[in-house]
Amino acid sequence: MTTAKICRNNLRIVPTLHAFANPARFLTIARPLTPMLVWAGIALIAIGCWAGLTQTPPDYLQGETVRILYIHVPAAWLGMGGWSGIALSSIALLIWRHPLATIAARAIAVPGAVFAGICLVTGSIWGRPTWGTWWQWDGRLTSMLLLFFVYVAYIALARADNDRGGDGRVPALFGLAGTILLPIIRYSVVWWNTLHQGPSIGLTKSTIAGSILWPLPIMLAGFSFLFAGIVLMRMRTMLATAKAEARLRRMARI
Amino acid sequence: MRAKNQRLTLVLLALAAVGVAALLALSALKDQAAFFYAPSDVQREGLPLGRAVRLGGMVEAGSVKRAADGVTVHFVVTDGRATTPVTFAGIVPDLFRERSGVVAEGQFQSTGAFVATNLLAKHDEKYMPPELAGKMHETTTLAR
Repeated sequence: MTTAKICRNNLRIVPTLHAFANPARFLTIARPLTPMLVWAGIALIAIGCWAGLTQTPPDYLQGETVRILYIHVPAAWLGMGGWSGIALSSIALLIWRHPLATIAARAIAVPGAVFAGICLVTGSIWGRPTWGTWWQWDGRLTSMLLLFFVYVAYIALARADNDRGGDGRVPALFGLAGTILLPIIRYSVVWWNTLHQGPSIGLTKSTIAGSILWPLPIMLAGFSFLFAGIVLMRMRTMLATAKAEARLRRMARI
Repeated sequence: MRAKNQRLTLVLLALAAVGVAALLALSALKDQAAFFYAPSDVQREGLPLGRAVRLGGMVEAGSVKRAADGVTVHFVVTDGRATTPVTFAGIVPDLFRERSGVVAEGQFQSTGAFVATNLLAKHDEKYMPPELAGKMHETTTLAR
């Protein structure tokens, strides 16, 4: 390929592919979107909590303990959804060298780990009265705990990579490899004998009665909006920090 | 463009490898990762004698009998294909009941019976309000 051709190709490709990768353009969208997402999330969670605590009947077997599902299930979904986000960002970084991808993945990692932690803690609190134990090393519980540890490892690795001026490729490979846990967590209760029950909510039907189920989508939407708002907040902070550091370096040179 | 396509191919291959690895792990660990033995597993593979294991299944309807001493419970665990009689002395979990899931920790005896040192209730994926569950479950379990 001649140099002229490469230049022409780049000119053609750059505006389309990097349209959303441009940090300035990203910021003009993210700035108004952040408070909208955070407040919508808080409002929906408030509605969901009120509905889940006062408007739904107790379960026939578990009694009032069933209400913990309104926090446990969204936290579990976001703990796994967060890692899907890291995996997608890692792919975008590895293939297209997307400038915002590393920042997005690092921004997702901390709230993702927090939600995985919330899932483990609420599950344990539910397990004590229901199963009669705080913790058992069954397939679902152990694989979810592994996901939490993998999050922590990712956070450490991405920070070390960033501090050493790396381009984020090593954490991206780790982010890609970690996706192995997602199908294992999902299918552990189907394929293995576990203490944890099988999936209650499928794509088309659910084994949770409608009168107990209905606040769950509200909570799920609320948690997701809050999660997205936190991620945007963290991305903006990272961009601002990078900008400030670059400015300091420039000033030090003069 | 060629380098980008190459990277795309590599990442897709890596994702496929990760998927295959997950499948292999799920199927290969099926025995090791099993949380408990089902009665039919024991029938097929023989008694795991001399070590602590877990036995899981449903408590057979009408099989729960409390002994005169007040703490010993006898019941039968079934998985639909085989059954195992279980003895347990102690406090049973709130959700322990007939036709419900249970995981017993303990040891098999050479007679094929199981002596449990601890009982865990296994909850299934069905959640419903008491009025839907019908007369059988009218009591609220946790209020006892």
